[in-house]
Amino acid sequence: MAVTALPPPAATEPEARRRRPRRGGGGRESQLTWASGVGLGVSVMWFSLLVLIPLAAVVVTGSKEGWSGFWNAVTQEQTLAAIRLTVGTAFLVTIVNVFMGTLIAWVLVRDDFFGKRALEVLIDVPFALPTVVAGLVLLSLYGPQGPVGINIANKPSAVFVAYLFVTLPFVVRTVQPVLAELDREVEEASRSLGASSFTTFRRVVLPSLIPAIAAGATLSFARGVSEYGSLVLLSGNIPFQTEVTSVRILSSIENNNAVGAAAVATILLVISLVVIVLVDILQRRLVRRG
Amino acid sequence: MADVLVDDRPTPAVPPRAAPPRRPSARQLERRSRVVRYALRIVVVVYLIMLVGWPLSLVAQRALGNGLDDIKELFADPQMMHAFKLTLFAALISVAINTVFGITISILLVRYEFPGKRLLNAFVDLPLAVSPIVVGLSLVLVYNSRSGWFGPALEGAGFRVMYAFPAIVMATTFVALPLVIREVVPVLQEVGTDQEQAARSLGANAFQRFRRITLPSIKWAVIYGMVLTLARSLGEFGAVKVVSGNVLGVTRTATLAVEEKYLNFDKPGAYATAFLLALVSVACIIVVSLLRPKDQG
Amino acid sequence: MSIEVSHITKRFGDFVALDDVSVTIPSGGLTALLGPSGGGKSTLLRIIAGLEYADEGTVTIEGVDATDLPAQHRNVGFVFQHYAAFKHMSVYRNVAFGLEIRKRPKDEIDARVRELLQLVHLEQFAERKPAQLSGGQRQRMALARALAVEPTVLLLDEPFGALDAKVRKELRDWLRRLHDEVNVTTVFVTHDQEEALEVADEIVVINDGRIEQIGTPDQLYDEPAGDFVMRFLGPVTQLGGQLVRPHDLELRPDADGVGIRGEVTRIVRVGFEVRLDVTTADQVVGASVTRAQFLNLGLDVGSPVRLVVAPNATTVDVEHEVADPLELVDA
Repeated sequence: MAVTALPPPAATEPEARRRRPRRGGGGRESQLTWASGVGLGVSVMWFSLLVLIPLAAVVVTGSKEGWSGFWNAVTQEQTLAAIRLTVGTAFLVTIVNVFMGTLIAWVLVRDDFFGKRALEVLIDVPFALPTVVAGLVLLSLYGPQGPVGINIANKPSAVFVAYLFVTLPFVVRTVQPVLAELDREVEEASRSLGASSFTTFRRVVLPSLIPAIAAGATLSFARGVSEYGSLVLLSGNIPFQTEVTSVRILSSIENNNAVGAAAVATILLVISLVVIVLVDILQRRLVRRG
Repeated sequence: MADVLVDDRPTPAVPPRAAPPRRPSARQLERRSRVVRYALRIVVVVYLIMLVGWPLSLVAQRALGNGLDDIKELFADPQMMHAFKLTLFAALISVAINTVFGITISILLVRYEFPGKRLLNAFVDLPLAVSPIVVGLSLVLVYNSRSGWFGPALEGAGFRVMYAFPAIVMATTFVALPLVIREVVPVLQEVGTDQEQAARSLGANAFQRFRRITLPSIKWAVIYGMVLTLARSLGEFGAVKVVSGNVLGVTRTATLAVEEKYLNFDKPGAYATAFLLALVSVACIIVVSLLRPKDQG
Repeated sequence: MSIEVSHITKRFGDFVALDDVSVTIPSGGLTALLGPSGGGKSTLLRIIAGLEYADEGTVTIEGVDATDLPAQHRNVGFVFQHYAAFKHMSVYRNVAFGLEIRKRPKDEIDARVRELLQLVHLEQFAERKPAQLSGGQRQRMALARALAVEPTVLLLDEPFGALDAKVRKELRDWLRRLHDEVNVTTVFVTHDQEEALEVADEIVVINDGRIEQIGTPDQLYDEPAGDFVMRFLGPVTQLGGQLVRPHDLELRPDADGVGIRGEVTRIVRVGFEVRLDVTTADQVVGASVTRAQFLNLGLDVGSPVRLVVAPNATTVDVEHEVADPLELVDA
């Protein structure tokens, strides 16, 4: 008797709209007019001449000596060691960034204290600072004349610290806006249902942050792998110990080994492309969730 | 089915008459969460100071160790002045190019539909993920005057690109390419087409709409993008190193000067130059941070 | 057994949201906290839930002092105006959440969730995500989620405020019938007096952080304690220094000589009702008569007429001046 006495509300309820309606109303794109068509043509040509064609040249040059030539250049002992060091360290640094980045974003969004604005500036410094200056900066504290007595100059840990520095902003800046937009009532609902603060964070907040964390982590990894300038003065570029992939590529260039340089560069390019695709996918998931 | 809905069972989930002492009270929970909050805050502050804050201040200390003498020496050196001017010019041109093309591409990506749009959207982000050495290499491969794809042809027409100023401009423009676009695109999406459509209905043509409606609505985004582009362009090192040939007095930029001075045991000079570059970068960040309204990250 | 709120005061900085509020909410009933926005009703609800803490006073739920208990230990079900759905979980997981937190055995959880989904008619949406549901469906899910843990008390904060008018009316009826089935002590907050009058057993009118009146819908409508309650619960107009319901004003021919004299200045026909503005010496008064009465009176714009308050009509002394001749407080 009970259940059937409650008829379901009318089936005429409209299906929920999937996308958040835009404030300005209407994001309808139009077809190209002649003016925008010209604009597109010129822009694409400029972009090709500056970016696409040169990057393509890297791949083409790298494969000039065929698959065996490519493979030899990449698996050369010193180069392989450099690649291992680069990828391995970038991976470790990314893991640290996932934790610290989320933590920093949390404190920036949920906490308020004197000097918070200064922290925001500090976080952006690695993004805007010239990389060679970053090397010098780290050297001041963690080098031979550093006041704390730690000296990482010319040691493998220098690579770790340098990567940590230059990748600092990435996870923070992808997570921060998502965290700021979170519906606080959802957390209240979780608490009213009996969940502790930690459980609420784990089951309700964190899942919504995962796409943003993943996007930031991917960018952080790519940035780390690509790094060059900060290591020039800090790591000593010691073969098999502190030499990273970008340094190997530069050596090849300076030795006029264009093919070898291009081959290794192609590896880095592949990583960059994978990163771009991943971030694109993740950003779309982020938008859809809204 | 009916009886499960009428709640006549003893309610096991209801707490007993007197709240059991082991259940933390609201005050206790609040205190606990305050401790957690302070702990997190301290961890974050210490991390940021140890990684960024303290090292940065040490550079300032070293650079200003002899007062302003080290810095004044830089300005007295004609080759350093050339390096500064070179860096500045290249950066300004990069800002100009990236602003014009950045705005154009942003509008195309947000307001128009065309084949390959999604590809362009993704590729625009490439420069952020590519290593500067790879950037330099790619430009050399195409534009060097001996074996490059276009280099010899350009050389024949009288344009020396590689190992000269144009190459520096190209490398600088390449690395900073996405910055204006990433600032403008979200704003364009947020603002929507309503105003532009209203303007069209009132008789405005495309150029008028662009100048009077679109441009003002993205004004601040463009400014942020330009400042970030400036900082990035002034600071480029790896790509410039590859394409410039690092010829003293001709193609040596300020960042290259830092490396060279340090390796030639001119530490005061290196620190002074580094300090100036850091000063400009931090100034750029602070300017953007001050200009941005507080609620945007 | 009930909810007892005793001398609750809550301040936000300088703003006093609740000022020494005391009320007892009967067990098993459906009570409405009614009042204008910013009046303190949501604050009171959240204090009962444990989502806010009062600065002074106590809250007792079913005999247990809950004043210091955090929300997660009060066993209250809370439904938010904007649903607060867990976006990354399916409807099923949303409803199961409270039970999973309490580590109930899997088959018990499954049985209870299915039962509730049937109750709210969302069985076929069990595996969908909230984003794929309409507003009304999401709110039904939120209700099921809150009921899943068998709360002592069910609290709803303007539960239908975000929905279309038609859906709102349907869910309103549905909530009433749901309550009749489930019989959990239910308190809901609304600023819509029609909603409160239709649905609730008892209404607590809150304004400016204070309780204006507590009573059944009939009591509040027929015996308002004062100016505010009368105004808020239905149309009022002012005659002299008194508030009276427009339909309680009798219009007599001028010749009768009784009551207050005035001139008809506006006539509006709305369905079966005819609304007239009558300008007296110092006021514009709104009266409401049926079409039949109007035709019998033979009035037109400019006609002189006399206004008399019907015998046994509800009146209240004016505390604030009326802005409009006919003040209709509508949702």
